[in-house]
Amino acid sequence: MLVKSLVSVFLAAILTENYVLCKFLGICPFLGVSKKLNTAVGMSVAVTFVMVLATAVTFPIYQYLLVPNDLAYLQTIVFILIIAGLVQLVEIVLKKYIPSLYQSLGVYLPLITTNCAILGVTMLVLQKVDTTTAYTYTYGHALVNSLGAGVGFLVAMVMFAGVRSRIETADIPKSLKGLPITLVAASLVALSFLGFSGFVDKLIPLQ
Amino acid sequence: MATKSYMQEFTKGIIKENPVLCLVLGTCPTLAVTTSASNAIGMGVAATAVLMCSNAVISMLRKVIPDKVRIPAYITIIAGFVTIVQMIVKAFAPTINDSLGIFLPLIVVNCIILGRAEMYASKNPVFPSILDGLGMGVGFTAALLCMGIIRELLGSGTVFGVQLIPVQILIFILPPGGFFVFGMLIAIANKLNSKAGKKVVDSPCQGCPMSKTCKSFACEKENCENSDKEVAPDVS
Repeated sequence: MLVKSLVSVFLAAILTENYVLCKFLGICPFLGVSKKLNTAVGMSVAVTFVMVLATAVTFPIYQYLLVPNDLAYLQTIVFILIIAGLVQLVEIVLKKYIPSLYQSLGVYLPLITTNCAILGVTMLVLQKVDTTTAYTYTYGHALVNSLGAGVGFLVAMVMFAGVRSRIETADIPKSLKGLPITLVAASLVALSFLGFSGFVDKLIPLQ
Repeated sequence: MATKSYMQEFTKGIIKENPVLCLVLGTCPTLAVTTSASNAIGMGVAATAVLMCSNAVISMLRKVIPDKVRIPAYITIIAGFVTIVQMIVKAFAPTINDSLGIFLPLIVVNCIILGRAEMYASKNPVFPSILDGLGMGVGFTAALLCMGIIRELLGSGTVFGVQLIPVQILIFILPPGGFFVFGMLIAIANKLNSKAGKKVVDSPCQGCPMSKTCKSFACEKENCENSDKEVAPDVS
């Protein structure tokens, strides 16, 4: 049962609740870094990594430190500082111990601190925690959800990079050139994701 | 003379340097909360309040904050004000709080606020910074309201909840409609700007406070540095 619910959380995060195309989180990198396939993949991998790490740290801190001490209102300020610190830490650790990985991901890391998808995921996960119902998220669910959110980001970025490479050569009206046509293309990609709505919920109940 | 320049600080954010339509900042809330006109106003007012307060404080502290740690310092200040605004909204306008949801705390990572801190408040005295914040906030609200009205009218046939047309094109209040309306608004802004002979928006990177970091990596080099170059140079 647990595995089933984890799978459904994972699929929901990728398809029905895609953070970029359905929830509008992380639009800046989605529009800014999706021009080339390799940078799109690099950015998404870095985002996924930080997302999972951030959730792994913020979830217990919120549940076991902020809530018992009546400090839940400090959520925003604590989370953003944790994420900023974490990104710094990851950068330093990668630079020192895994320079090859730092070479490929390091450039994206400073951009991630102010990526609203990271803060959004860590906060949205906590809204799903409600111990009074059978549908509550556990720590495992939270981690799987962030991983799914990251993979969903990757899927959206890669798809969109493909779409954009086709637009590049198209003949577009002058006023639509650049950002407007990119947004219209994003609208069509989002439309395709709308087809998934209801898909996961019907497939497997959460618990 | 002084009042005239103060006036300019205020008005530049509304039309000439509109944060949403000309600088393309804060795209996430622009797309997410504009499903109705009242949501758009709520978001705009909340962001304006944070923007004014954070601009004021950052401008006061601009000589105290060391250059190296300025971004974390700004984020902490902004996060503090966001928490205050969040509590006020929760107390006095709970319906707005429910409909904005996660996007209220996410004002913290709204690039308009960090962008104005970095580009304006860190270099200018307190009073002009407040005016700059107010102007940018009003510009943000106006753009959101514009989008909110279009999407609400087409999507649910109402404006501020008042039934105006009998047709409902549901897609406009769904995510794809958000992208589409935003794209069209920027196209119109580009058209007007190019008629007036001004620079046209080409990439979301231009006004972004992180574009300095961006420049160090090759991906969008052509976009960040030279917006009117269409052909991308080889990226290695």
